[in-house]
Amino acid sequence: MSNTSINKRRVAIAVARKDLTIEWNSRILVNQVAPFAAIVMVLFAFALDNDGILQRVAPGLVWLATLFSMLVVIQRSFTVESADGALDALRVAGVDMGAIFVGKSIALMVQLFVLELMLVATAVVLYGVEMTLAGFCEAIVTLVVATIGLGSVGTLYGGLAAGARGRETLLPLLLLPVVAPVLIGATRATEAAFGSGGTTVSEGWPWIGLLLVFAVLFCAVGTVAFGPLVDE
Amino acid sequence: MDTVIELSGVVAVLGQFPALAGVDLTVQRGEIVLLQGPNGAGKTSLLRVCAGLMPIERGSGHVLGIDLATNREAIRSRVGLLGHANGLYLDLTVMQNLQFWASTVAATESEVSAAMATMRIEGRLAGVKASQLSAGQRRRCALASLIVRRAEIWLLDEPHAGLDAAGRDELDALLRSAVASGATVVLASHERDRALGLATRTVTIDGGGAA
Amino acid sequence: MAGQSGTGTSATRRLGILVILMLAALALCGLWFSAEDVVQGSTVRIMYIHVPSIWTAYIAFGLTGLCSAVYLSGKNRSLAWDRVAGASGEIGVLFVAVSLVTGSMWGRLTWGTYWVWDARLTSTAFLFITYVGYLAVRQLGGTHRQRARRSSVLALLAILEIPLVHFSVTLWRSLHQEASVANPNAKVELDGLMLFSLFLGLIAFTLLFVWLVLHRQRSMMLEDAFSDRGLDLAITARRNEAGA
Repeated sequence: MSNTSINKRRVAIAVARKDLTIEWNSRILVNQVAPFAAIVMVLFAFALDNDGILQRVAPGLVWLATLFSMLVVIQRSFTVESADGALDALRVAGVDMGAIFVGKSIALMVQLFVLELMLVATAVVLYGVEMTLAGFCEAIVTLVVATIGLGSVGTLYGGLAAGARGRETLLPLLLLPVVAPVLIGATRATEAAFGSGGTTVSEGWPWIGLLLVFAVLFCAVGTVAFGPLVDE
Repeated sequence: MDTVIELSGVVAVLGQFPALAGVDLTVQRGEIVLLQGPNGAGKTSLLRVCAGLMPIERGSGHVLGIDLATNREAIRSRVGLLGHANGLYLDLTVMQNLQFWASTVAATESEVSAAMATMRIEGRLAGVKASQLSAGQRRRCALASLIVRRAEIWLLDEPHAGLDAAGRDELDALLRSAVASGATVVLASHERDRALGLATRTVTIDGGGAA
Repeated sequence: MAGQSGTGTSATRRLGILVILMLAALALCGLWFSAEDVVQGSTVRIMYIHVPSIWTAYIAFGLTGLCSAVYLSGKNRSLAWDRVAGASGEIGVLFVAVSLVTGSMWGRLTWGTYWVWDARLTSTAFLFITYVGYLAVRQLGGTHRQRARRSSVLALLAILEIPLVHFSVTLWRSLHQEASVANPNAKVELDGLMLFSLFLGLIAFTLLFVWLVLHRQRSMMLEDAFSDRGLDLAITARRNEAGA
């Protein structure tokens, strides 16, 4: 059983499909995480208590809610692996860790993307955001590029923080500083898309560039670093 | 007869605790070796070392000619380990679990069907979520995924646990046929009588070493 | 090699004396001889601790990254590389903390606020948190080799993301055009003696860093050797369990 690149691609797809099937079967994202994210958005409104401010900071709130929910989704992604020793079994089967990384990242990206769409819709409803068509397109692009970065870096650090012995609590400490560039870039780009505070749509594209750099960097690095970080 | 496992003075640690405190073990191809010993003796760790999962702290070891100290990742695709956990995804059905397994080890549909038939988990059971299976049924799933692996060495940790009488007989038959096809089996078991009937050789493990 | 009763050798003792002398000289130059700033008065003297601290922190984290890269590059590298990386990381976190605290004090004295959201200060705070995370991962346990591999990969990841974070934060603040409000230390006019004192500070702090890392990595080596010795005892005890 040699690990040719054709095999690795098939493994990655199998892993992604497996993770998404698990989500489909258990509906954790839909039943638990999405409501949590929505509650967070509502709580923001309670805390900030000012319609004008809410509309102005809506982009930031969307991405904050995303980051906090992402922690839960990542931990879930790795809990399913350790519940019955499945990741261990994959390791002992000699399955390529880089392929596992790619597969899990893709599944995480899909779940995050769905979550973010919901959050953007919530912002439109709750915070009175109005978007032009150009803004909407920019918002979608921002979502896609930011999510690619978040998915790969989340899987990487999620793998490190997974498992027993009080490691799960490390995930926020390790991950949140690293995703700061995504928060900054995505918020600015979303501001441009929403037109908050008078920003024009064209101002968002440089920030999407930053998000792209982040995404490419961590996809590449994650594929290589995942194995050494997760292995015993 | 070639040597498939060769351990000499192997020390392996779990954190700071020496799970294996200097083990010597030699296994020839085609043997069915039974590891016996009290709880906490180090049988599980020994199997994990042979699977290339646990690193060796001291001593030397070779599995299928591969050096455990430098290249243990290479062992993994050729060896199958059945640990205490079953390696299943609890939210997937039996069929989904095995299909995933098959795709990660490049096995065919027919191989999966054959494995499921051998372990009697086809039919109605195939569509049941793993979380709703009994312990014995999960064990059979785990064994089915092991069959699909076509491993050269089978490392089994308490494989009979949870299986009913019929299941245990099937497992014995399975192991014998695996050996007949050229595999080697090392199993740790508390089931003295049954395992003794199965094994070609018994090794007692105690205090992290081979007594 | 390390002496029987501690981690000092004649070399580190000589280095230590040199460090003390240089720090004394720095204190004299910085606090006494050098002039006050036209605008800030005496508060500018914090610069002589603040700037060398952050400088030393950068050196520390650079060293951590370098040693981590070396450790990962070979098949069977000595664990000493990992120990130096870890010691350097610990000392680096210390110096970043000093830099943040002195920077905050400086801001308070000059501009009345403990914190400004300018690019450099924010990036420095991120640097601090990132390496606190690095230290936390080093405490996760396992064998020495497991710890070494995990930490080394993480250190290299940190080297990768710190510039990215810094770049993002700089872009972020440039939107707000607050350069004038920025760092107290951005607009200080340095005359000859002040510049000399600053360089003296850089050298003194770097030597202090070297001295600290030498001692810390030796104490780490002793800790590792101690736990290895403990392993020997544990192995014997384990074998004696047999048949009990």
